[in-house]
Amino acid sequence: MSDKDILVEVRDLKVHFPIKRGVLFDRVVGHVKAVDGVDLSIPRGKTYGLVGESGCGKSTLGRALLQLNPPTSGEVSFDGVELTTLPAGKLRSMRRRMQMIFQDPMSSLDPRQNVESILTEGLQTHGIGTDRTDRRRIIGETLDAVGLPRWALSRYPHEFSGGQRQRIGIARALVLGPELIVADEPVSALDVSIQAQVVNLLDELQDSLGLTYLVIAHDLAVVRHISDTVGVMYLGALVEEAPSDRLYTEPLHPYTRALMSAVPVPDPDVEDNRERILLAGDLPSPANPPSGCRFHTRCPWAQPTRCKDERPVLREIGASRVACHWAEQIATGELRPHQVSVEIVRPEGEGESPGVVSAPSEPGSYV
Amino acid sequence: MALLEVDDLSVTFARRGQRAVHAVDGVSFSVDAGQVVGLVGESGCGKSVTSLAIMGLLPKQPGLRVGGKAVFDGTDLLQLDDRSRRDIRGRDIAMIFQDPLSSLNPVIPIGLQVTEVLTRHRGMKGDAAAKEAASLLDRVGIPDPKRRLKEYPHQLSGGMRQRALIAMAVACQPRLLIADEPTTALDVTIQAQILELLKGLVRDSGTALLMITHDLGVVAGMCDTVNVLYGGRVVETARRRPLFREPRHPYTVGLLGSVPRLDAGRGEKLNPIPGSVRDLLPWPDGCAFAPRCARRIDDCVGQPPELVHTYDGRSYRCVNPEPVPGTVPAPREEESA
Amino acid sequence: MTLSPGKKREKIDRLSELAARDDERGVSLWQEAFRRLRGNPAAIVGAIILALFVLVAVVGPFLVPYAPTDTIGIREGLIKPGVIPGVNGDHWFGYDHQGRDEFSRMIVGARQTLLVGVVSTLIGLAIGALIGGVSGAAAGLGGRWGRWIDTTLMRFIDMLLAMPSLLLAVSIAALLGASLTTVMIAVGVVSVPVFARLLRGSMISQANSDYVLAATSLGVKKSKIALTHVVPNSLAPVIVQATLTLATAIIEAAALSFLGLGNPDTAVPEWGVMLADAQQYLGIRPSLAIYPAVAIIITALGFTLLGEAMREALDPKLRK
Repeated sequence: MSDKDILVEVRDLKVHFPIKRGVLFDRVVGHVKAVDGVDLSIPRGKTYGLVGESGCGKSTLGRALLQLNPPTSGEVSFDGVELTTLPAGKLRSMRRRMQMIFQDPMSSLDPRQNVESILTEGLQTHGIGTDRTDRRRIIGETLDAVGLPRWALSRYPHEFSGGQRQRIGIARALVLGPELIVADEPVSALDVSIQAQVVNLLDELQDSLGLTYLVIAHDLAVVRHISDTVGVMYLGALVEEAPSDRLYTEPLHPYTRALMSAVPVPDPDVEDNRERILLAGDLPSPANPPSGCRFHTRCPWAQPTRCKDERPVLREIGASRVACHWAEQIATGELRPHQVSVEIVRPEGEGESPGVVSAPSEPGSYV
Repeated sequence: MALLEVDDLSVTFARRGQRAVHAVDGVSFSVDAGQVVGLVGESGCGKSVTSLAIMGLLPKQPGLRVGGKAVFDGTDLLQLDDRSRRDIRGRDIAMIFQDPLSSLNPVIPIGLQVTEVLTRHRGMKGDAAAKEAASLLDRVGIPDPKRRLKEYPHQLSGGMRQRALIAMAVACQPRLLIADEPTTALDVTIQAQILELLKGLVRDSGTALLMITHDLGVVAGMCDTVNVLYGGRVVETARRRPLFREPRHPYTVGLLGSVPRLDAGRGEKLNPIPGSVRDLLPWPDGCAFAPRCARRIDDCVGQPPELVHTYDGRSYRCVNPEPVPGTVPAPREEESA
Repeated sequence: MTLSPGKKREKIDRLSELAARDDERGVSLWQEAFRRLRGNPAAIVGAIILALFVLVAVVGPFLVPYAPTDTIGIREGLIKPGVIPGVNGDHWFGYDHQGRDEFSRMIVGARQTLLVGVVSTLIGLAIGALIGGVSGAAAGLGGRWGRWIDTTLMRFIDMLLAMPSLLLAVSIAALLGASLTTVMIAVGVVSVPVFARLLRGSMISQANSDYVLAATSLGVKKSKIALTHVVPNSLAPVIVQATLTLATAIIEAAALSFLGLGNPDTAVPEWGVMLADAQQYLGIRPSLAIYPAVAIIITALGFTLLGEAMREALDPKLRK
């Protein structure tokens, strides 16, 4: 298989959620642009990591890709089949080939199903396995693959620890023999020592089964660890996409740099000596995103021209794709970071339209 | 003399018809003035219960037993009556919690909640209190503080709420600040802001900080001394650099091997700890970590491991610790091999 | 405490295999809830009361010393205007106003009372669960059409809810004429909105859970998801409510009988009717009112105790 063998291709995907108000009749007063024009492609057998902070639309993107949230517009093609226009019945049988792993292993397992019933459900739906014994054989092999004992079959989710529950969730996805697995925050609900077990398991499964992953996480270190390519999202759009190692050594987008410098590393020597780019303020509301480059309100490199009024598109620089007008100048050091005034965007749902309040930032907010 | 000296703290929950749960079992550590001390561990290791017990905030229920001592500036906090404990709380010791939204009263404006602290502990009233509240919000980096004072918690973002909570906590210039997972609910860029703020507060005001977290990265960047907890016990205590450079307890070693590091390359295997936190050994039967431990020897079971103090001021509870590179392993390991 | 190395090794092995009890089958949530229920003294008391009540209702009528319709007192000339004789050795609760044996009537009345409670609750549960289930499935899993169905059904429920329950019952009784069936229907209909709203709300919250999304991503059909995942997980509060409704249904049925909307043939004893009859003779023999009243209260208490204990046992928040 060559790198050119693309399994998933997403083109200009948009997911907008209407904001409704009204007593008797719902009136659409605006849209939350959770995903606003994303292009990406995932080669077969590789891992694409999607990283970003809460509210950046990464989970919505993952669900829209699997058609669990209907996309507003755009195309998703899976192994050459266009999913957005696929009839419901065909889509259901297509689901055997693309599965999902959820963040919270407790809430994503039906508490009243035992493990055998959880794993059988998908098999029955897709008519895999000839009879009960055949299904039990398939289930047994899957349990071995995810490292769960056979006696787990008759047990219920609440009888397992968090890590084991996540293994059940992985087994449920795996039992159908899928090609693509979308993992939405697969380890963030787990304890540190268990996280590593699950990360390693995902790695091993990819090696032995040739799986393609879309891993969605807020933890840059986890994403970088298991991904071949990493896409960084900010307010519904990709701001940078690069091979995992390159993203770390040569982050091009200012947001990537800030994100990178904010992740704590468990090493005092690194922590004491690193340059920290502290972003001012909070994420703007996706219902009312800033004009132009969406990051310009918090960007320490923002320039008076272009950034405010021209939305940058992803362009290729070396092996990376980056959506920044000034990426080259920032990389060479021609542009220096400056202080940013803090802008506060009100959260949704307080009756008045989101307004912006500016104030000078406290000294030292940019170190 | 340390500012806070916790000695042999134990918390037991006994339930009708069930075996008593030793949530915290003989925890001892100390916090010096102006120092940042970390309590690190995974869920269920007893780190939060420890802090709640010190503050007297454990929900009163039959079957709750708190033992040991927690001496703050000469007074044992565990022996105080509710009234004097409340006086100390907020004035001398303040606490910041993980979830800022549930720690703030949703129907009272931020300003009133801050001035309330000022009125109660510093006797400030009216305009003076309002002015001080505004300057506090300003100090924790909340822009346009005068306006913010009139707003309700839900009108602030998560990061701003945590800042407001920190403002309330530092309102009386406490000598000890206890932060229980203060950034766990926040995004990384916001986390960086809040950690920087806490660091600044400690540096400028000389407040001691007890940092409770599961994140070794946070610890590496902030703490002077680190206590690693497992199964309700402190298993290793060391200063920051030695702990990360040469962890001695196998659990600490395992934790450090489990964390995916941003500066490690793609595909570098992690070394997880096998099993789960549930596989606990009751302490009197031996080391709680023994069922998951790669360096387990026969001596791990039978009696609780003693606290070993080393010459360089570290301590750990392990009969077969990770050898320090370049030294000859102790003979007792050879015996068991 | 020192152990020999062999013993220690044994101990480690035993402890590390602590989790691996492969001979034991898993414990489902229902089983676990039942275990918790068994450990709750309130549930035990409630269950004992109800068991006695059901036992009396089922076998009581075969064992009573006198026929409940036999007007012994009149035959023997004991009942005179303004006189109802009290307790004696043969008649443990005395006579009622027509000289019938009060004890026998209480025993036989238990059956009618149980019937009224169970049937009316079942009527409410069946209609309510049907409306709530359809509404909940439509709102939680259906698209635009689903929301429309849900809105229509819920407005209907709101209308039921807007009417005072007693008024609703009285109008139904007025419509169908006074009989025991009327009472059961009336009491049942009154409890429809509670069941419908409860099941609908519970289903909608379950429909938004991750495991439903997981089932969707497996490719399971929506109708199957509703039946195999959403409904079973939404039933707990409905079951609790049904138990509690049994208690109120008995009281409400008694109230309707008291208002004269119940069975006009007062020969068939029922606690509510007996209570209604007794009011005319409160001045002469108040005990005639006290017996059925106390019986109703104790039975309702039994259902309430059991219902509250079940609520506690099924509460997911209390699960460890």
